[in-house]
Amino acid sequence: MVQKLDYLKESPSQTAGPYVHIGLAPRAAGFDIYARELGHDITGPNAKGERITVSGIVTDGTGAPVKDVLIEVWQANAAGVYPGAGEVEPGFRGWGRVVPDFETGEWTFDTVKPGPVMGRDGRMMAPHINLWLVARGINTGLNTRLYFGDEEAANATDPVLDLIEPAHRRQTLIASVDGSGYRLDICLQGDNETVFLDV
Amino acid sequence: MTRNTDLFQRDREWHPPALTRDYKTSVTRSPRYALLSLQSSASEITGPTFGHSDIDPLDNDLLANYAKTGAPIGERIIVHGRVLDENGRPVPNTLVEIWQANAGGRYRHKNDSYLAPIDPNFGGCGRTLTDDNGFYVFRTVKPGAYPWRNWVNNWRPAHIHVSVFGTGFAQRLITQMYFEGDPLIAKCPIVNTIPDPRAIDQLVAALDLNATVPLDSIAYKFDIVLRGQRSTFFENRPEGN
Repeated sequence: MVQKLDYLKESPSQTAGPYVHIGLAPRAAGFDIYARELGHDITGPNAKGERITVSGIVTDGTGAPVKDVLIEVWQANAAGVYPGAGEVEPGFRGWGRVVPDFETGEWTFDTVKPGPVMGRDGRMMAPHINLWLVARGINTGLNTRLYFGDEEAANATDPVLDLIEPAHRRQTLIASVDGSGYRLDICLQGDNETVFLDV
Repeated sequence: MTRNTDLFQRDREWHPPALTRDYKTSVTRSPRYALLSLQSSASEITGPTFGHSDIDPLDNDLLANYAKTGAPIGERIIVHGRVLDENGRPVPNTLVEIWQANAGGRYRHKNDSYLAPIDPNFGGCGRTLTDDNGFYVFRTVKPGAYPWRNWVNNWRPAHIHVSVFGTGFAQRLITQMYFEGDPLIAKCPIVNTIPDPRAIDQLVAALDLNATVPLDSIAYKFDIVLRGQRSTFFENRPEGN
């Protein structure tokens, strides 16, 4: 016999279900309850850097849009600093919530382009936005990242993209440049399946 | 400011797998490829923080936060507990959000068309920050079971959806709280996505007579455990990491 390890176990995940908006985005559910609904403003008014719009659609294994998804965003500011890890502009939360149009499944959010952040091993990570997807049918929230199509040099040396085999799947994390904005379609399953992360 | 450190690896055999055929929607919404496992970087061990200026003191009282003409109808309950990490340490000042159906199993959502009526005095969502010792408390009505289109006669057990943050974005967790003694728990394909019965037990809130308010509200206790933070004894940390 050995001593018993006294760690607790993490509470197991469950799907957010079809009505996740009631709790996390009640206006999208069709009612107003909170004086301040959280997650609408990722950057605040004082954020420096390039203002960008990001849009896309999440599709399932049949190619149908996932209209009841909720996406959370977590990113550094333009200087590559996460709130809590250093000084950021007043009002810069770096976090937000994105709900698609219930008819089309198209989602969009406004933010500033994040700067590069130091990676685990002392190698710089290319600018990226961390995404977390929850929805009916998703038992445990799915983590992924959005990289930028116009950061080719940084993306080429990014330590996380570099881990993805086969290399052609790296493209599933790289948003295309679309006029003044970026577009990243996320595929939950199938031929063009997005790379999801166990973080 | 607490120093952020690596997290314990998430036990993916404890959590439900992505593909769980008896929960039909998971069939087309589960990745077929393996997840790519990463060692934590700043992107994972940092996360958003919230303060008392973000929420109202009434936001944790679902009996009152959408009351228009009176109190909502249903069993008045208190749901309380602690948010801890796997080391047993409390997680203070973290945002806990809940949402639920009303006493009849109807959600206030434009996509819910179940024939049980909306309660005009019940919104069904609440939020609060844990205190310095990780405690949280809500007041609400006990939600009803409701039918859903999976198998033709599936009924969700009474449940409250729970969302918690922790200190790092990789601790982000959404789960569901069930109620002690509910016979629907064992029948539910969503509950049964969780492979280990001990893990299911961890989602069942216990009746807590010690915390009831006599002649007013019944209480349930529900502790939430987030991923633990690893103590870094020996590790080469390159400059700037």
